[in-house]
Order: sequence, then C-alpha cells, then structure tokens
Amino acid sequence: MGTLNILIAVCLAYVALLFGVAFMAERAALKGRGNWLRSPWIYTLSLSIYCTAWTFYGAVGYAARSGLEFVTIYLGPSLVMVGWWWALRKMVRIGRTQRITSVADLISSRYGKSGLLAVCVTLLALIGITPYISLQLQSVTLSFSSFAVSDAEGAALIAAHDTALWVAIGLALFTILFGTRNLDANERHHGVVMAIAVEAVVKLFALIAVGVFVVWGLAGGIGPMLERIDASEIGAWQMDRGRWFGLTFLSAAAFLTLPRMFQVLVVENEDEGHLRTAAWAFPTYLFLMSLFVVPIAVVGLELMPAGANPDQFVLTVPLSQGQDGLAMLSFLGGFSSATSMVIVASIALSTMVSNHIVMPIFLRVTRGGASGPSDVRHVVILARRISIGIVLTLGYFYYKISGGGTALAAIGLVSFAGLAQLLPAMMGGIFWRGATRNGAFAGLVTGFVLWAYCLLLPQFGGGLPVAVVEQGPWGIGWLRPHALFGIQGMDPLLHAVMWSLLLNATVFVLVSIASFPSPLERLQGAQFVNIFEHSNNPQSWSGGVAQSEDLMIMAQRILGPAEVQSFFQAEAARQGLAGFLPEPTPDFLARLERELSGAVGGATAHAMVAQIMGAATVSVEDLLAVADETAQMMEYSSQLEAKSNELTRTARQLRAANDKLTKLSVQKDAFLSQISHELRTPMTSIRAFSEILRDADGLKAQDLTRYASIIHAEAIRLTRLLDDLLDLSVLENGQVNLNIREGTLADVISHAIAAAGADMHPLKVRRIGPASDIMLRTDLDRLAQVFINLIANAQKYCDAERPELVIEVNRRSGRIIVDFIDNGTGIAPDAQGMIFEKFYRVSDRQAGGAGLGLAICREIMDRLGGTLGYLPGQGGAAFRVSLPVAQWMAAR
Amino acid sequence: MSDKPSPVFLERRSYRQRRLVDAARLLPLAGALLWLVPLLWPQDSGPDVAQQIPAVPTSSAIIYIFGIWIILVLSAMFLSAMLDHKSDLRYQGDQPENRDT
Repeated sequence: MGTLNILIAVCLAYVALLFGVAFMAERAALKGRGNWLRSPWIYTLSLSIYCTAWTFYGAVGYAARSGLEFVTIYLGPSLVMVGWWWALRKMVRIGRTQRITSVADLISSRYGKSGLLAVCVTLLALIGITPYISLQLQSVTLSFSSFAVSDAEGAALIAAHDTALWVAIGLALFTILFGTRNLDANERHHGVVMAIAVEAVVKLFALIAVGVFVVWGLAGGIGPMLERIDASEIGAWQMDRGRWFGLTFLSAAAFLTLPRMFQVLVVENEDEGHLRTAAWAFPTYLFLMSLFVVPIAVVGLELMPAGANPDQFVLTVPLSQGQDGLAMLSFLGGFSSATSMVIVASIALSTMVSNHIVMPIFLRVTRGGASGPSDVRHVVILARRISIGIVLTLGYFYYKISGGGTALAAIGLVSFAGLAQLLPAMMGGIFWRGATRNGAFAGLVTGFVLWAYCLLLPQFGGGLPVAVVEQGPWGIGWLRPHALFGIQGMDPLLHAVMWSLLLNATVFVLVSIASFPSPLERLQGAQFVNIFEHSNNPQSWSGGVAQSEDLMIMAQRILGPAEVQSFFQAEAARQGLAGFLPEPTPDFLARLERELSGAVGGATAHAMVAQIMGAATVSVEDLLAVADETAQMMEYSSQLEAKSNELTRTARQLRAANDKLTKLSVQKDAFLSQISHELRTPMTSIRAFSEILRDADGLKAQDLTRYASIIHAEAIRLTRLLDDLLDLSVLENGQVNLNIREGTLADVISHAIAAAGADMHPLKVRRIGPASDIMLRTDLDRLAQVFINLIANAQKYCDAERPELVIEVNRRSGRIIVDFIDNGTGIAPDAQGMIFEKFYRVSDRQAGGAGLGLAICREIMDRLGGTLGYLPGQGGAAFRVSLPVAQWMAAR
Repeated sequence: MSDKPSPVFLERRSYRQRRLVDAARLLPLAGALLWLVPLLWPQDSGPDVAQQIPAVPTSSAIIYIFGIWIILVLSAMFLSAMLDHKSDLRYQGDQPENRDT
C-alpha cells in the first residue's frame, strides 16, 4: 500500500509540476520573454512525442518477442529527419507560409481548400488515432497494476477506482487548459510544448537510468551484457526480411503523416532553422531511447518468471530487484510518454475536428450569419474543448470495450498503417503539381477501405465474421482480407500495408492524371510545389464592394478585437488610409484569410471570407476580372500620362503666347512713338511751308509751286497713312464690301507688277507656273492689292546685289498657291512670327511705311477665304498666298 | 515559367554549398541502404540453415545498426553546421524538383 500511495503522490506532484511548467511558459511567452522557448532544443525535445508509452514499455516487449525488429520503428523517423532537406524543409515552409493548422488542413488546402477532403482526413485520423489513445490509457493502467502486484490492498484500490478514467479526465483537463487557452493565429501552444519537452527529458532519463542499472548493475558491464544478449533466446539474428523493410518504411511514412507529429513538426515550429538542429539531435534522441531496449529485454527474460508481461519489463525488472526509486522514475517515464502523446494527439485531432467538421456545420447552420449574434471565437474554442473531450472519451470507451489487448505494439502499427494512407496525397501534393483533388480523394478512400478491411477489422473486436476472414466475402477466395488476389502466407500487417498503399498511390496517380483540377486547385498546387520560389500570396480575392466592416466584425469574433483592430489598422496604413477600415483589396483579403486560417483552418477561413465577400470560389472569371482591373489601371495611368503631356504642351503654348504678347506690347509702344513721328513729320512740313506761304512776301512763282506741291505731297502721305489705318480697321471689323468679279490670275499678277512699278525698279520679276489659264471669281482689286504689297515689300527690303523676285503659281490639293520668293536675306526667325502683326516693322532703318501692309494683306486674304503665310527656308523672304478651291472651281 | 538564365559556373563558395546540399540529400539514401544490409545476413531459418552458415549474433547486429546510427547523426550534424544558414533562400532557384512538372 505504501508504495502505491507514494506512487500516486509522486504522480500528482509530477502532474502539478507539468501544470506549473506549462503555466510559466505561457506567462513567459505572453510577456515576450519566451526566447528560450523558441530554442531548437525545445523543438527537438517536443518531437519526442513520437516515443509514446508504446515505445517506452512496448519496445522492450517487442524486443523480447522479436529481437531487433523493434528498432525499425526508430530507423524510419531517423532517416526522415536526416533527410530533412527533402521533405520536412518543404513541409515546414508550406506550413508556415500557408498557416497550416493540421495535416487535414495541409491536404485540404493543397487540393483547392476542399472541405470534403478535410473531413475525410479528419475521420481517418480519428479512426486511426483513437485506438492509439486508448493504448496510452491502457499502458498507464497496466503500469499502476504492475506496482500493485506486490500489494493486495493496492490492487483492490486500483480495481475500485478506474485508473484509466481518472487519467483520461486529468489529461482532458490539462489539454483543455493549455491546448485551447488561446486562439492564437499561429496555433502555437508554448505551455504545452514546454511541458512535453520536460516530459521528453524525463522519459529519456528514466529509460537510460533503467538501462544503465541493467547493464552495469545487473549484467556487470558492456562485455558481459553482449555475451548475455548472444546467449539469450533472441541471441541470433532472426528477421522477417519483409517486415524489416516494411516497418522501416511504415514508420518513416507515419512520422510524416501522424497528426501529432505534424502538430509538433510543422504547426508548432517557430523557426525553419530549428530543423537543422533537430535533423541530427532527434535521431540522437531516438538512438538513446532504443540503445538499452535489448539489454532490458534480455535481462527481463532471464530474471522474470515465464508468464510475465514483457511489455512491463521496464517497470518490473527494477521492482523485482527492490529498486523502488528507479521503478518510480521508470513509471514517471512511461507516464510522461503516455500523457505527452495523448495531449498533443488530442490537440491535433481537436483542431481538425473543430476546424473541418464542427465549424463548417456551424457556418452552414447559421448561414448568412457569420456576422450573426453568436460569438464565433467562442464557438471555435468551445468546439475545440468539446472535441478534446470527445476524443478522450472515444479513447476511453475503446479501451473499455476492447478490454485491453496484450500486445501493445500491434495497435500502434495498425494505427501507423492507417495514417500512412495520407502519404501519397501529401507527398504528391507537395512534389507533383498534377495531383488533383479527385485523385487524392479516390486514393484516400481506396487506401482507407483496404486498411480497414485487411487490418483494422480482422484485428480488433471481431469486426469481420470468421467466415469472411477464412473464405472471403461470399466465398470469393481472392478477396480474403489476409490474402488479397490469392497472395497467401504474407505477414498480415505487411500484406495490408503493401496493398493499401500500393493501390492508394496507383488510384491517386491514375485519377489525378485523368481528372482536371479546378483553378483554385491549380493555384494552390503551384503555391505548394514551388513554395521556395513563390511569394507567400496564396490566392487573390477580387474584392470590389466595401465590406471591410463586415470582415472586421467577423474577424473580431474569431481572433479577438485587439488583434483584429491592430491588424486592420496596419493594413489600412499599408494602403495609405487613415483609420481602421482598409479597402478590401485582394492582397488584404488574402492576408486576412491567412490570419483566420491560423485559427479555423484554410477551408473554413476561405468559406467565411467568401460568405462576406459574396464569392464562393475564385473562378477563372474572377481571375479575369482581376486581370481586367489591372488592365484598366494601366489604361487609366496611360490616360493620366497623356493628360499630363497635354498639360505640358498647353503650358508651352501659353508660354509662347505670353512671350508674343510681351513682344507685341513692346511693338505697340514702339509703333505709337513711330506713328506720332510719322504723323508729325508731314504735319511739321505742312505747317512750316504753309506758314512760309502765308507770311513771306515776294515769293517766286517757282518757289510757290514747289512749296505748295510739298504741302500737297505731305498731305497725300498723311492721307495714305490714315487710309491704311482706316482700311485695316474696316477689314478687321468685317465691314468690307467685296466687289466680286471674274478674271484670270495672270491678269491680276500682271496688273500688280505694273502697279508696283516693277518695270522701272531694279528688282527683276520672274513668273513661273500656269497662271494664265486659271480663272478666278473673287475681289480682283483686293487680291491685286495683296500682290502689290508683296512685290513692293520685295522691292523695299530685298537686299541682294541683283534683286530678283520669283512669282510661282501652283495648284495643290484643291488650292491655288502663289509664292512670292525673293533672293534677299529673308526675315530673321524670331521675327517671322511677328511680321503679320499690325504696326510691325522689320527694322526702323527702312522707313517705308507704318508697318500695316502685311497686316492688311492677311486681313484681305481672310476675307477672300484664303491665307497668307510666311514660307521659311526658301533662300530669301518668301510669302505664300493660297486661295481656296471654290474660287477657281467656279471659274472654270 | 520564365527562367532567368543562370550562370554556368559558380563561385567557389556557392559551388561548395551546392555540393553540401547534394550530400544532405544523399545522406538519408545512404543510411537507408546501409540499414537494409541486414536483409542479406544469414538467418537460422530458411535456406541458410541448410548451408550451415551460422546466424549473425544479435550483439554484432546491435553494434552494426547503432554504429550506422552514430555515423548518420555525426554526418547530419556536420552538414547542418556547414550548410549556409541563408542557403535556403539562395539555392531555392536551382532545385529541379521544385520546378513545374
């Protein structure tokens, strides 16, 4: 009795210690002081949940029965860890970038966030893991009984109190307390991880302690121990070769696919760099865990009576030698193995159950009410807690119903084989882009059915009638569960593993090849397979409607208000907005979805965002819409660019206009003084000569005539100046009356030449072109006036030594073109823009007129419907007169 | 997928890193092969009995299997230490199996 009481006390103290450790770790993590929690050593130790009570107790039993075969269970995981560069590195990267919460989430996310697949994997895991959990309960119960053997009162106590029940309740409490404490977006449980790290140390220490005691305490050193081993009944190499290979492979596969391993390997991973350490540290751990298994088994076989359960040697050998303290330690080791496995397994399973079964159902029931009154966050946590309860209850009842099998390892291997069915879908998913949802589903179902039919049902509880096992269903021999397709004599486990995995993989590959994936699947496939090349943007939402507020309300219910508000604020700031509501851009939605998927899983998060955004899936149309949006943006920006160019052009024009205005203003000032001068000069001479005529007596008739004609000439000059001004004013105001007549262009030009007095002038005029046969119907006098002015200009300003004016007539594109080109120096470029302005004169030097001639000419041409322009680049001053078509068409 | 043309030759350091990655990839395969060697050992049952070849004693088997284990662990430790911590980013582009199938 005494021993048992102490045992229970130690046990409770140990549990209290674990609670304390978990609590401290949570506190430290909350306060941000948890750097040591994120060390690779903690990560490595947390992986040790691979070593369950099955390992702790069962391995020795296994070794006692089948020699070294037990070691295959560790060889597979060691190889996987050593080969981390192949698969684990990729899985961890995917898990971190895609916020994967469980193995079901990984597979469902990879295959287009398929809810069906998630449910499928969850059920498979539930069926596969529940017996395993009951196995842990059984092992704790058995170890209690081992202590009670020497103690009749204790045995009665054990019988009266259902140990398994108490253990299950305690574990449920611990798991609920620390496993569902928070809905952290990244799903990490520092308290739990810390506790299982402590447990890992305890179990390793316990097993090594027992081993050291056995080797050095009982056998007397390494040499004698090896001799004893060779002398024992497992002393010769005795191996089922198929099982050696098959079990190594199976344990490697299970290491990757077991939900609890995925939880610690991927979900709880803090840093990819931890894999580097774990890659060699975890194989070392496994090495140490298995190093003393054979010695303990050999010594146990020698010391213990023939009927003793070899599964309990780790406990019973020290007990039989009166080493109660060591036995206690060993018990704690086994207890640690069992509890840590149950805790992590139930966290992993409850995450899967709540994310992939409870939440989808809840969402469907409260359809349209993801933002309804009930608190989703509360529902998620409650669902997790209930799921943990359900998982442990199932484990407990399975233990009760099965009545506790004798061979512990058998259950473990059956469970391994079941979970290994996930391997094709998982590895295919991360290495092969061609893998499709249909293929994964078909493969999983095939593997699951075969596993259940060949292994699970025949093994446990008489799930199949004896007749079916022996003769096959309906007497069909080649369908016998242990001899499919007539292949007999194989080990049942190996047989089941081979067929289920082979057909699973075959169906997976064939259906994948034959089917066509949805766009979302293809997106996710590319993301997963090329995880190292892709940015971490899983998929885009084409959000258009402003639903940020709804999203915020929904997210708050899941992640908690404080986190969501800071997240939304950060997103808004990222978009350059103030306040809490960012635009629902695809980018933002993808990030929000990833945050949510940390809490409720990828498929559910997708569904929730979809419910609010009103797009159930991202279809090709959505993607096209996104592409269109991009195209529109680009178009818009090019429009903006064009506009800005136009503005630049306008500004340039404005600047030019302003320059011109400034110049004009200067010209006008100059002209005013010029015209005053022009008017004043004749006025002065008229006044002077008229005064002479009035006052001087005895003028000669000759002088009289001369003075009078001077006065007359000056008056004429004045009149002409005033005429010009008047003329221009009339033309500008549009009050001119045109005297339309018909005549040939040649006549007009001839008249102009004659009128300009070109015959007497040194300027030589040359005419080119078919002017004679062009009939005009216009105001011939006005046209002639223009020509005269141009010829006169040439006479006045052509500074060549032998001045020459070419008058060239052309017909071009419906217009008559008359060019007046002289061979002088022409007009300076900066003056070309000004010469048609009023009052402009090329220089003050040649005081030929008031600077109105060309302005008048241009006005006239406007009235006549033609144009007058300066023609640069002709070697001299060149003017082009152009008349519209109507005038000569009518004339023809 | 638009691949940038990668240089044909690498600088010495990158080259060394890549060979280390090769070694890291090969290590589990080597381990698996070595651990499959016991399949070839003679056994007490089966055809070997007729040929009078004695079965390998368990102690030798233990030393072989655990010896391989230690070698694997030490090699993995060596490779982990030698592999550039930034290599995850630098070598992601040159892994053919990450490419589109």
